[in-house]
Amino acid sequence: MNMMTGVSPWERLIRPDRVHGSLYTDPEIFEAELKYIWYRTWVYVGHESEVPNANDYVVKSIGPQSVIMTRDEQGKVNLLLNRCSHRGNQVCSYERGNARSFTCPFHSWTFANDGRLVGYAFPDGYEGQDKSQLALGRVTRVESYRGFVFGSFAADGPTLKEHLGGAAETIDRLVRTSPEGEVEITAGFLKHRVKANWKFILENECDGYHPAFVHTSIFGVADSMIGKLYGGASTALTRDYGNGHTEIDLRPEFRKRDAPMSWFGTSEERLPDYATRMKAAYGDTAARGIMIDGTPHVMIFPNLFIAEIQMFVIQPLGVDDSVQHVTALQFKGAPDLNRRLRQQTMGSVGPAGFLLADDSEMYERCHRGVLARNPEWIFLGRGEKRERQDELGFTVGHVTDEVPSRGIWTHYRKLMEPA
Amino acid sequence: MLSRESGATLMSAITAFLYREARLQDEHQYEAWEKLWTDDGVYWVPANGVDIDPERQMSIIYDNRSRIALRVRQLMTGKHFTQTPQSNLRRLISNIELMDEQPDDGDIAVASNSLIFESSLRDDTLWAARNEYRLRHVDGELRMAHKKVILVNNDKAIYTLSFLV
Ligand code: FES
Ligand SMILES: [Fe+2]
Repeated sequence: MNMMTGVSPWERLIRPDRVHGSLYTDPEIFEAELKYIWYRTWVYVGHESEVPNANDYVVKSIGPQSVIMTRDEQGKVNLLLNRCSHRGNQVCSYERGNARSFTCPFHSWTFANDGRLVGYAFPDGYEGQDKSQLALGRVTRVESYRGFVFGSFAADGPTLKEHLGGAAETIDRLVRTSPEGEVEITAGFLKHRVKANWKFILENECDGYHPAFVHTSIFGVADSMIGKLYGGASTALTRDYGNGHTEIDLRPEFRKRDAPMSWFGTSEERLPDYATRMKAAYGDTAARGIMIDGTPHVMIFPNLFIAEIQMFVIQPLGVDDSVQHVTALQFKGAPDLNRRLRQQTMGSVGPAGFLLADDSEMYERCHRGVLARNPEWIFLGRGEKRERQDELGFTVGHVTDEVPSRGIWTHYRKLMEPA
Repeated sequence: MLSRESGATLMSAITAFLYREARLQDEHQYEAWEKLWTDDGVYWVPANGVDIDPERQMSIIYDNRSRIALRVRQLMTGKHFTQTPQSNLRRLISNIELMDEQPDDGDIAVASNSLIFESSLRDDTLWAARNEYRLRHVDGELRMAHKKVILVNNDKAIYTLSFLV
């Protein structure tokens, strides 16, 4: 807080239609973000289907920190910090596996997969020690929503449900694409590294302004219908759900087409097994509606992006160093759909993908660009004058408008204000 | 079993083929590179290890022949921004070996190592890989029916890889 003027530094850096370039490049701001965003708000960590059986584990992260997601004997999902309570060695060095316990390689302390210290090597010497005080660190709060597991290092604050707010409905919309109402994350992740600040990725996910230009090379050579969704004449919307969550709502376009599975560039006829299962599960009319609407394109702040057919998890490692963990969404009970989802995801994302390689190139160029001294600001005013409220009271704009970025920065400022 | 002499001839043809492929890739000669493929070619760059199942697990590249063509066409637009401007590349191919296990269908199993120096807008990057090929004689010329590029660091987070690897 600036004592002289009563203006917080954030108020000076974040304005309604523009933000200061240093927000992407200042290492001190990055450190503050770790503290006030990554180690405080709800962050997506992993999906329950990645640890289907008792004692399964998978190593995930919150920001630069390594987090072990385990399913213990009781079936409960735990988020443990990968740091021995003795002298800090990493207790787990494999990316996934099945283990009742983790034994630290340094002095052989052993921890159960719910984090309890169960034994030390040479226990004499530890007389009177209370083992329960030496458990592995845990992510303070763990909650899951329809299989998506989130963690928060803050002991109190909004519940996950409160944090998700209106965006929870997009996850409901996602899972009903499965005839069994469940998503499965089983195809493994591609890890795509970019030399850019994580917020360039965050804002790009619901930026409907760029696809016509950045992805022109692939739209021009593949018979893709994606390009039209982002044109000037598109009826698709951008939406700000509050709490930093943003969406590109493509349903108006898909409803105009009125063709089941058109959102995925295919048809019921080509996925007969899937269409039959959907109708059996939801009834003909509801199934048809679901298959027309398709899956959401939503960015759950700060790191979970669901992009119709795939999922990205954003991981910040440093002020100019980020990783995009990407995988194909898989829907339980939909093998014929899942195969196509994997094939198309592999083509479009990851380090060699037809789409994401060019997005990533843009983040890196933006990052180098904002290091220039002027103009100091990034302009985010597109569509400001034509924003409106939808029936539920969320701000919406044209698909090419910068409604999402403005929403992200409003929330960002709220989180950072105490700094 | 090949005679020593015909073995040596085959090996030098294979070596010439791999060197030529390397040069076409380094020099962004996309169409000429595409012509090296057979009609059923598969171009595979696995992620997360050597032996994942590409039909079930995500790969960095898993292109059938038509997707190889699409990849080439995207590069040819000149608007695939991550290759506009193009990376400057030079790669070394070495340790070329005719593998002991030869496929029954007459294809030739060959392996090599490669070390690629990439200089791009981002920075200079070194890529190292084990390459496994199945080569086939088509109209008297060698062609690639299968190329698998196992990046040494394919289990880690890697930068954009948009040139022909
Ligand atoms: S650091 Fe883990 S047992 Fe000593
Ligand atoms: Fe994009």
